[in-house]
Order: sequence, then C-alpha cells, then structure tokens
Amino acid sequence: MKVALFIPCYIDQFYPQVGIATLQLLEKLGCEVIFPLNQTCCGQPMANSGFEHLNKDCDNNFVENFKDFDYIVSPSGSCTLHVKEHLHGSDEQASTHIRKHLYELSEFLTDILKVESLSVQFPHRVGLHQSCHGQRGLKLAQMSELVAKPFSKTEHLLNMVDGLSLMELDRKDECCGFGGTFCVTEEAISVKMGKDRISDHTRHTVEYITGTDVSCLMHLEGILKRQGSAIKVKHIAEILNG
Amino acid sequence: MNNIKQDHASASTEFNKDEAHVDWHDETLWFVRSKRDKAVFQIPEWEQLREAGSQIKNHVLSNMHDYLVEFEKKATENGIKIHWAADGQEHNEIVYSIIKNEGVNRMVKSKSMLTEECHLNEFLKEKGVEVIDSDLGERIVQMRQEPPSHIVLPAIHLKRAEVGETFHQHLGTEKGATDPQYLTEAARQHLRDTFLSRKVALTGVNFAIAETGGFVVCTNEGNADMGVHLADVHIASMGFEKIIPKVEHLGVFLRLLARSATGQPITTFSSHFHKPRAGQKMHIIIVDNGRTKQLGRPDFRNSLKCIRCAACFNTCPVYRRSGGHSYHTAIAGPIGSILAPNLDMARNADLPFASTLCGSCSNVCPVKIDIHEQLYKWRQVLVQEGHVSSVKSLGIKSMSTILSSPSFYRTAGKLGRFLMKNSPFMTNNNLNVWYQHRDMPDVPKESFREWFIREKGGK
Repeated sequence: MKVALFIPCYIDQFYPQVGIATLQLLEKLGCEVIFPLNQTCCGQPMANSGFEHLNKDCDNNFVENFKDFDYIVSPSGSCTLHVKEHLHGSDEQASTHIRKHLYELSEFLTDILKVESLSVQFPHRVGLHQSCHGQRGLKLAQMSELVAKPFSKTEHLLNMVDGLSLMELDRKDECCGFGGTFCVTEEAISVKMGKDRISDHTRHTVEYITGTDVSCLMHLEGILKRQGSAIKVKHIAEILNG
Repeated sequence: MNNIKQDHASASTEFNKDEAHVDWHDETLWFVRSKRDKAVFQIPEWEQLREAGSQIKNHVLSNMHDYLVEFEKKATENGIKIHWAADGQEHNEIVYSIIKNEGVNRMVKSKSMLTEECHLNEFLKEKGVEVIDSDLGERIVQMRQEPPSHIVLPAIHLKRAEVGETFHQHLGTEKGATDPQYLTEAARQHLRDTFLSRKVALTGVNFAIAETGGFVVCTNEGNADMGVHLADVHIASMGFEKIIPKVEHLGVFLRLLARSATGQPITTFSSHFHKPRAGQKMHIIIVDNGRTKQLGRPDFRNSLKCIRCAACFNTCPVYRRSGGHSYHTAIAGPIGSILAPNLDMARNADLPFASTLCGSCSNVCPVKIDIHEQLYKWRQVLVQEGHVSSVKSLGIKSMSTILSSPSFYRTAGKLGRFLMKNSPFMTNNNLNVWYQHRDMPDVPKESFREWFIREKGGK
C-alpha cells in the first residue's frame, strides 16, 4: 500500500524523531511510504486565529503535494482535523479527494491497516493525553460527555505493547490548554490548564505521557521541564515503533 | 455600550494570581459537570433526547413568526397582556411603566438572565425603583454590587466566608459566620419580608408554549412562585427564542434542562402559568434585543436554541479557570462568547478567542449547539471586520507568507533552529510569552525533511 506522509511543520522542525518513528512504523507494517518534499503546514495557525482567508496559497501548496495519493497519513489529530474540515485549494476536486483520504496515524492503523498485534515492548507506566481534536474531532475515542459505549483506537493500540501499563486518570479527556495561538494569547489559562493536566498524570504515577498530538505534548513538556519533573513525553508513534 | 475594563486574557491573568482559589473554582464546577454526567448516563436515550430538543428548537427558529403570533393570540385570550420590546431600553421602559402605573416604587424579581442582559436593575435604580433579586445567589451578588458570574449559579465565584461577610454587612448576621444553615436562614427571613410587601413581581421565562399561551418558570428555591403568588402584578420577561410549539415538548426540555444544569432529574419547581388569578394582572414582555439579527446570521442563528442550562460553562476548562467575570458580559462562558459578539462586536471581540476549541461545550449542550464551531467562525468574522490588533494581524500575515512557500518555510525553520541552538537568549527571555512558564523544546540537529533526504535520498 502506497502512503503519503504528512509531517506537520512543528514536528518537521522540532520533533523529527516523531516523523521518523511514524515512517518506520508504517514501513514495518508493509506500507510504501512517500514523503512529498515541498509540504509545509496545514494552515491551522492562521485559521484558528481568524485568518482563514489568508490560507489560499498554503492550501494550494498542500493540495499540490498530496493530490495524487489515496492514503495520506499524519501523526497529528489536530492538523488532520483541520485539513479535513477546512482545506479548500483552488482545485476543489483535488481538495475534496485529500479531505476524504487523510488519516490520523492511529485511526489509519486501526481502521485501514486493521493492526491487531505489534511486537514491541515499553515496560513503563503511561498516561494517555487525549488531544481534543483527535478525540472529539476525529472521534478516536468515546468522549466523556456523550452517552455511548466506550471505545478507544489509541488505547486499543497501546494495549498491544508488551509491558505497558496504561494508567487511569481522574479527568480522562480534559484539554491541556495548548490551543494553538491560545497558548500565548491566553498564557495564564493555558499554563494553568497544562499544570492541572500534569498534576493528574503525576497523581497517577505515570512515567510517560503519550498522545496523538505533539503540539499538546510540546506544551506539557515545556511545563514538565520547567518544573524539573521526571515525567517524559512521547508521541504514540515512538512507542508503537518500539 | 460601555468600554470594558479588561479583556478576557488580562482578567484571567488577574484571576490566576490566586492559584488556590482557581483550583477551588475549577473543582467546584467540575463537581457540577460530574453530577451532570451521572444524571445523563442514567438515561439510555439521552442522545436521542438531545437530538429531539435540537430538532424542536430548529423548527421553532424556522417558524418563529408563526409561533410568536400564535402565542400572543392565545396568551391574550387568557387575559395576559403581551408587550413587544425591540431592545433592552424598550424592555426596561415597559417594566417601569407597569410599576409606575401601580403607583409603587419597589419590585421583587426572580432569576432572569434577560434582565441582566438589558441592565434592568441599573435602569430602575436610576428611576428610583428598588429591585430585590430573590434568587439566593443573585441576592448575594446584588448586595455586593457585582454581576452574576454564572447563569445558573450566580455567586459560584464566592466562598462561604465571603458570603458570611456580605450578610454581616447587609443583613446584620454575626461577623465571621460561615454556617450555611445560619446564613440561608438569615436570607430566608430577609426575603420573606420582601415577598410579603411587594406588589409587583418579575420572573423570567424558561419555556413559552405557543399552543396554550402559557409559560413555565423553573427554579430550585421556589422564589419565583413566592414572588408572584403574593404580588398583584406578575411581569414575565422573555427573549423571543423561548417559544416552543406544544405542551408535550416540555417532556423533552424539562428532562434536558435540570440534568444538564445541575444533574437533578428536574428542577425543584417547574411552575406553569396560564392566566392571571382573580384580581391579578399578568404581563409578558417579548424581547428582541439583537435576536432577529442573530437569527439572520446563517452561521450563528442556532445559538438561539440555547435553554440557558450552563452545562457549557461547567465543562469549559477555560471558564473553570478564568471565572465568569472575565467574560465581561451578562452571559459568560462558551455560549456567552458566541452570543455577545452579535450584540457588540468591538466590545466582545476577545471572547471567541477565549477558547482552545476543545469541543467539550458542544458535546454537553442539551440542544446540540455547535458552540466551538461557532467560536471558530466568529474569529473569522471578527478579523474580517477589523476587530483584531494590527500587531497580531501583521504577525499572522508574515506567518502565512512563510508557510505558503516551501523555500521560505525551510529557510525560516533552519534559521529559527540555528538561533535557538546558538543564541538561546533570543528565545529564552521574558519577551517570549511561551517561555515565561514553559521551556522551549530541544533543538534537533536536523529537520525531519533533512533526515529523510539524507537517509532515503529524497525519494
């Protein structure tokens, strides 16, 4: 299966190891992975700030890079959701094709590759941060507000990892406060929300916080490091790749 | 409208100076959210109930004219006097004219967010009319000359000791008293006297039923009933979106309202009013105040489905940590942030940005308003209408230019990483808002793209 990899800009620049883990994991699972070299960003930073109207060129660049693929995979729920909801390049047919064929990594593994086992180990206590856009937007897991049967694509995958103990949290799907430009325009609340998420993980003695979005993890990592905490963050691809 | 003292970000920064208080505020409201979860998970058909509530309200919004006319006709036949108010000012003047007509200068009022929206209390005070709010929470904030910080729990920002001090000053209770039983007894005695001596009582309206011309007022304290049963005149103020077509629809909304608001199966009092009792006069004031305009905005019209349960407040991680007053509007929280820009875009331009767009608000909403999507859409409108600072605008425009061009992007990324690595003082300083309470990420030696080209030969 031929898969195009969409690596969000901040992963490309600051967390290349997440891109590498995603690529290696997909290759291990038998995919032929292609990385279109002229990709930049999904446009979400501008759009969430109210400047969606400036995204035409950014959208066109995205379409140009990804229009020829039937499977596009990204290790970010948030960027994936943004593209699925808001990508409108000049070529609307190609844009629609991309919106329908873009997958967040854990949903691609679960729904398309139907992965049922992985031979990796991660003998640690892990707390799962359910990033809102992946969870409530892409519906990667049952949401605590809705009356419905529980399911979780991310937990399903993490449970295949040998030795990994998934720790229960008090608030299993509360936002970490990153929120894009919110993290600087509403700094006080953003940091407080991050600190409170970390307290929940700390109370439940996790060694690693994982999730489907590096943006949230970067925010939490920034606070953890400032606090001198021993808790580390790892993107789910890094754990699943072993 | 008056200018605001502080925008949401500054007011929240202020609120967060007392972290223990923020923790208490967050946990108190999370407790209410948890009660709501417990209550709704007992109803297997909860999601269908939300869908029904949403559909009924959508139907009403699309047939507003007919239902309002039907309601007016039925209510008038029942002996109720209907008034129409285009805005808050007209509403306030109608209330004043009714009070003046009765030859009194005092009124008791149960909870009505509409009268907060119209600033009725301030208006009447200027006219020399004394208004006493009879909802306990509202009475507390009224004594303190504060606006409510929450539409269901108006004094939720206050701790017991602060209420004790307020009652000591205004009701003469013992200094330092914090016993809830003692304090509520003092409030009860004070309000009982008010109920017995007021000839005019005003209530809000939760649901107005077109087919009967009747209306329902929901309270937990029975204060609306105490007010109107002892008064000669009952004024009920309602925004026009309170209309529902039939009595049977109450079976949907009364089940949704209290469970969403506080986790109760139903409010303690759901009082049905149909006609004035012998010797009593009953008025209903139907208010527009921007609602027609909102109804005409395709992206935002369904915000008028709101039944004011405040579930979106209680679940909102931003509201819980910033307090209601940081929203500087009568209705705070996520729903307030999509209603307020309609009334005054310049004054409320900060509010749609006071959210991470986490989406929890839309999930708890009992009438399925797409609140977080409307927050996103308001951001686009506010930028297009010129309500963001030129500094922010310039910053985003530069970002857009860089991210639209692969070569600019790669150069900027390289330069950024080079500077972070070799001149960390450029980013690790207090001018960098991120850095104030968070470390910067470690700088990798190469980008993913650079690794890919090196390892895979760029294929």
